[in-house]
Amino acid sequence: MTIFKKYDHVKTALSAYSEAYRNPFNICFDRIQSPVEAVYQGKPVLLLGTNNYLGFTFDEVCIEAGRTALAEAGTGTTGSRVANGTYAGHTALEARIAEFYGRRSAMVFSTGYQANLGMVAALAGKGDTLFIDADSHASIYDAARLSTANVIRFRHNDPNDLARRLARTDRSSGSCLIVVEGIYSMMGDSAPLREIAAVKREAGAYLMVDEAHAMGVLGEHGRGLCEAHGVEADVDFVVGTFSKSLGTIGGFAVSDHEDFDILRVTSRPYMFTASLPPSIIATAHAALGRIMEQPTRGAVVWSNGLRLYSGLKRLGFELGPEPNPIVAVQMPNPDIALAFWNRLLDYGIYLNLALPPATPSGSALLRASVTAAHTETNINQALAAFADVGAELGLIRRGCVAHASADEPRAVQAGE
Amino acid sequence: MPDNQNELLAEIAKIIGSLRPPSEPITLTTSIGRDLGLDSVEVMDFVMILEDRFDISIPLDNIAEVETVGDLCSVVKSIAKSGVA
Repeated sequence: MTIFKKYDHVKTALSAYSEAYRNPFNICFDRIQSPVEAVYQGKPVLLLGTNNYLGFTFDEVCIEAGRTALAEAGTGTTGSRVANGTYAGHTALEARIAEFYGRRSAMVFSTGYQANLGMVAALAGKGDTLFIDADSHASIYDAARLSTANVIRFRHNDPNDLARRLARTDRSSGSCLIVVEGIYSMMGDSAPLREIAAVKREAGAYLMVDEAHAMGVLGEHGRGLCEAHGVEADVDFVVGTFSKSLGTIGGFAVSDHEDFDILRVTSRPYMFTASLPPSIIATAHAALGRIMEQPTRGAVVWSNGLRLYSGLKRLGFELGPEPNPIVAVQMPNPDIALAFWNRLLDYGIYLNLALPPATPSGSALLRASVTAAHTETNINQALAAFADVGAELGLIRRGCVAHASADEPRAVQAGE
Repeated sequence: MPDNQNELLAEIAKIIGSLRPPSEPITLTTSIGRDLGLDSVEVMDFVMILEDRFDISIPLDNIAEVETVGDLCSVVKSIAKSGVA
């Protein structure tokens, strides 16, 4: 018996995928050519499964900012934020993020995962109660494990269920922190934030919103679902990432609370890890500047998402509950999902295969996501591939049409 | 909340049966993972139903050590007795 014995069942499950035509869990691109194009096994593929919502990974301004910082400040900081790892660039970026959100203060973490870990675990301590949505990202579940608070899970996107669970909680010994996400990463659905904010106010709880997938995409200025739903004043903490709309890596949190910065010396995932390299900080800063200059880019992503969502719906696929830049296509079972995923790759389309337990309700999904860099031609290419493969695998009728008639009414953007 | 262990077990067995009919009768020694085949997410969903059924809060860390239906009965009983979560 080895130390890996406990993973035997995972090994068995994984072997089914390893024997498949291509293994979705170890895809390695030969080359990345643009925010939406790569080369895989010598052939061009359209990237329809990234989180590069604004297409900033190849933005010239961001690349130049990164190059300059790399040359001027070196390859890395070699230390944590509380030791030698805070440079002028880190504090300037924090000031810029605070300005963007109109908040008193911002903290930069080394990844989005660590931002959730560091915020939740440090805020919710002994005697406090943490309320997490059942479909929360793994970083929130892991944060709940690191926290010493009581952890209560409420039904996904159900404010009444949250209210019921809050009402059962003895709140005499501590505070309550509710954690939700702006857009959920698997199904692409958004939180009913107005209703959740009302529950929060009624209960006297704190509210944290992870805007990882909504930053730069939703809201007039790109501040996410909180802005789109007009509830920013009710949200005590916003957490986000640089690895999606900003096209690099890192995480952050903002708040107006006067004691917020105490987390710099109490949040272990902030304190005990190396800070981001100056070049990463510079590219994140430049990308945020691009959003602030041109917030309308979010509307392009949104209309691309709508085009893909509407087209797939017309073809007859079962999709996530609402159109967003993340479009989840339900598959009847993991085997068909794997076959579908493989066939799409034959057609030069790459997207994400998502399987339980990483998916809600044990579903097998093909998770597509669009960016502002996708063209109408790109989306149409994907729809044509979906139409062919869907018919081939018997999920939809052959000859279905993805395109709208000219008189189709304009859909309303989330939060309008 | 049932007063005795058997009634509580019967209630819990009824809820499990509604989720996934067991092949063997459920006893205090039934393993939730091995015998019932519930994965980690299904266990958390099951706990939510228990919370609603008995109108109690069962914090997730309380179920980390739970292996058998008997362990679960003990957790539910101790929470109901203390009146707080």
